[in-house]
Amino acid sequence: MIALSDYLILGAVLFCISMAGIFLNRKNVIVLLMAIELMLLAVNMNFIAFSHYSGDIAGQIFVFFILTVAAAESAIGLAILVVLFRNIRAINVEDMDKLKG
Amino acid sequence: MHGYMHVTNNRIMSAEQIIFYIFASILTLSALGVITARNPVHAVLLLVLAFFTSAALWLLLEAEFLAITLVLVYVGAVMVLFLFVVMMLDINITRMREGFARYLPLGMLVALVIAFEMALVLGPQHFGLERVPAPMRHTAGYSNTAELGSVLYTVYLYPFEIAAAILLVAIVAAIALTLRKRTQNTRYQNPGEQVLVRREDRVRIVKMLSEQEGKRS
Repeated sequence: MIALSDYLILGAVLFCISMAGIFLNRKNVIVLLMAIELMLLAVNMNFIAFSHYSGDIAGQIFVFFILTVAAAESAIGLAILVVLFRNIRAINVEDMDKLKG
Repeated sequence: MHGYMHVTNNRIMSAEQIIFYIFASILTLSALGVITARNPVHAVLLLVLAFFTSAALWLLLEAEFLAITLVLVYVGAVMVLFLFVVMMLDINITRMREGFARYLPLGMLVALVIAFEMALVLGPQHFGLERVPAPMRHTAGYSNTAELGSVLYTVYLYPFEIAAAILLVAIVAAIALTLRKRTQNTRYQNPGEQVLVRREDRVRIVKMLSEQEGKRS
């Protein structure tokens, strides 16, 4: 049988990988968005594992809402990205200095 | 009889474990690929692989509805949106990779330290099979979707409505952000004005003398 700790450690490893991804790809907005998606996936993995092992369906309901909010977030994030690219012809984080004054 | 049952049970368990470890390693490797891929298109495709693999793991956890939702909604809609945007934008990859090697040691160090700390808390000594025994498998007639729906539409009805409103706001915001105004020089049809047109706007009748009449005078 697979223990709950296996799933929890898998989620922790996934979360750490995506956090390292935010460190490494700090110039590239699109990879930053993908790393955030990976983080949410790790969180969802923990929710579903706890839901299964404690026999409570509430965890799966929460994952449902997380998926909804994450889809909305990535749609708006990508729309902002497209507008940004139209204006400065790049998606480099360093080029976003219009508000610097 | 008893010994036979024991052996069969053991074999089934180990098969489940083999499946778990195969999918967990694929998931970890594809996540590593997402953050290190040079080409953003490859990163998106590896992220699709990661979502597929975790959907398989969720099936192992008997969350069938959410596993299918992950594939349909995430792989089918959100990742395709990512692919569209990545392919639409002309991204200069070499400039994006600046600082990758510089932040590699620090990023790896922080990630390893956090993974180590989390393993200390979440390890088998606290959440192992002895502490949290594995639940009974559901019978064949069990429907995860029905159980989820019976809770979602009663206890969680209000959050469900809010989630619908959030999706509506997201649609409106995404369209409003990317909608382009027509510039002055663009020529376009206005069907309302086309319908409202009268004969006098288009045809002008000019009263003039006929040619014969003109010659005579």
